[in-house]
Amino acid sequence: MLLQFIQWLETTPVSVAFHESIWSFPIVESVHVLGLCLFLGMAVLTDLRLMGIIFKRVPLSEVMGYVLPWTWAGAVIMVVSGMILFLNTPVRYYTNIFLRVKFCMLFLAVVNAWVFHSGIYRKIAKWDRSIPTPTYAKVAGAVSLLMWGGVVVAGRMIAYNWFDKR
Amino acid sequence: MLLAFFKWCEASALGKGISGSVFLFPVVEAVHLLALAVIGGAVLIVDMRLAGLGLKKESAAAVAREAEPWLLGSLSVMLISGFMLMCSEAMRCYYNDAFWIKMYSLFGAILFTFTIRRRVAAGATAPGTSAKAILVALISVLLWSGVGLGGRGIGFY
Repeated sequence: MLLQFIQWLETTPVSVAFHESIWSFPIVESVHVLGLCLFLGMAVLTDLRLMGIIFKRVPLSEVMGYVLPWTWAGAVIMVVSGMILFLNTPVRYYTNIFLRVKFCMLFLAVVNAWVFHSGIYRKIAKWDRSIPTPTYAKVAGAVSLLMWGGVVVAGRMIAYNWFDKR
Repeated sequence: MLLAFFKWCEASALGKGISGSVFLFPVVEAVHLLALAVIGGAVLIVDMRLAGLGLKKESAAAVAREAEPWLLGSLSVMLISGFMLMCSEAMRCYYNDAFWIKMYSLFGAILFTFTIRRRVAAGATAPGTSAKAILVALISVLLWSGVGLGGRGIGFY
């Protein structure tokens, strides 16, 4: 059923126009890459602070309060530009193994962030200034770095057709 | 002279090794992108502070000091992996306008970052911001964006 939807998506005028245009893809792709600097730049800073490696003198809540709105802004840019890019060749992307790996990693990264924010981050007052940071904070940071790194690498590999079926 | 250098790069063992392999270019490219995430954070956190957009309890000088090793580390990875990528398709780069836009922007960005921006950031020990600091942040973001856009353009041009 999902495949049918994606096949339909590929026949929509928007998708066809995007695919046929010379400049649309490069422009949106460039936005996606610049958005990566903002979104992942902020995510990396957050994770390194969680692991107690940078901004050790600054309380974690202060770093988060500053970085999070920018991370959200970056996330919106990434999701919107990424969804537009998907319109380029929906069926090919849907069957591309790297896109699937990317989405799995993305899912795990989001779950990790959600578990962190709905769990230990609520008791931040107890360890706001602790250096070294508690083990669970270190784990959350390390898992996040690994997953987002995986998203980037798998995302870049979508361009290659080594395992494409057609 | 530059042409000779690019020809030498293309013929080098490094260039031939990468262009002759199916997987090496994508792997080096992926490393280049991972370092991009780090350099993005290291540059933006300082520029945002210079522009007065956050971490206001910390001075811009303190933020810049904290970010410096990450900037230097990720820039090194970018330069080394970027050089490897260039070697694998040196002649294509030589005749690619986007590549030269990237190189000019990169030259400007590095020069600006390690002279004016570094001095202005080191001097900004007070809370708040100034017109000068905002201008420096703006120029820095523009120059580095030029590097990113030019770089992405190489593949499309």
